[in-house]
Amino acid sequence: MIAMALADGGVADTVLDWITAVCMVGGALMSVAAGIGLLRFPDLFSRMHAATKPQVLGLFLLLLAVALQIRAWAAVPVLLLAWLFQLLTAPVTAHMVGRAAYRTKHLKQEKLVLDDLNEVVSEAQRRLDERR
Amino acid sequence: MSPHRHHVRPARPSELLTGSRGARARARRRRARFLIELPLTLWMVLVWGALWQDFSPGNLVFGFVISLAVVATFKLPPVELSGRFNVWHGLVFALRFMWQVIKASIHVMIVAVFRGPTVRNAVVGIRMRSHEDLMATALGHVLTLIPGSFVVEVDRTTSTLYLHVLDINDKEQAEAFRQEVRDIEAALIRVMGSREELEALRTEESGGRGSLPSPAPRTEGKP
Repeated sequence: MIAMALADGGVADTVLDWITAVCMVGGALMSVAAGIGLLRFPDLFSRMHAATKPQVLGLFLLLLAVALQIRAWAAVPVLLLAWLFQLLTAPVTAHMVGRAAYRTKHLKQEKLVLDDLNEVVSEAQRRLDERR
Repeated sequence: MSPHRHHVRPARPSELLTGSRGARARARRRRARFLIELPLTLWMVLVWGALWQDFSPGNLVFGFVISLAVVATFKLPPVELSGRFNVWHGLVFALRFMWQVIKASIHVMIVAVFRGPTVRNAVVGIRMRSHEDLMATALGHVLTLIPGSFVVEVDRTTSTLYLHVLDINDKEQAEAFRQEVRDIEAALIRVMGSREELEALRTEESGGRGSLPSPAPRTEGKP
């Protein structure tokens, strides 16, 4: 029985199907984590963390699941590319939104333990005022 | 056509007299630019092959022609690589990166579920060793993806990154985070930093400079 299943590749299929299932559930869990973060975090900045980090792993797990089901080497580069573009674009989005939010004073200072940037900005403001 | 095509500027009077020399200099400049952009062009050929899921020579040659057309049409400042890439350190870095991505994702998930609205953060300024734009970009990307932070502001004149860090409760944790960033930057320099940066890193490590520079305005020159 087992020998026949091995000859068919049936066992390998089952194992790969199980790994696929685990990957898909893991990837979906990461999306849930991002959603919970968006709901529960207090300000824009901490929400950006929820929006950028868990989905990187989540997308990786889902693409891995796709690769395990397609099982063709030709699909691997394009899946890798999809992940790579995610890696390249997510930090840029986070930076642009975060920068705009800081400059328009959307930061909740009471949530911060330390703000090095504020020291620099107020120092520059003080010098600007002196010159006037 | 882009207005920044540098080779259509009007000829200077001196070039009108010695036309051939000016043409030769321009050809040399064009060749240097082509060489600088070659890695980027090859990368675009790979993207082309991946998108078509076809790496046959004919398709790749066609992709190369299209890449050249794209580079010639949409002119951007060329991406200057450091000229160094350590494959072994790159592999180690990639594996560590993958592990840290898993850790960071789970960390954000735990903080979201259990801390939620009571989470405390920090904006930390960190001065980089490197002054290269490419290195700053790479470090900014890695820092956004790995240790619970993202780049709020970049000061290019002092090459300082200002990072928003999730789940920092006191100054000690901020200091530990600074050390982590310094380690990640050191790893990146080992992978793809220029020779000078690697040299500076080696002398720093052998000299055992334990203290970290704070993000105060620094004197110009070597850090």
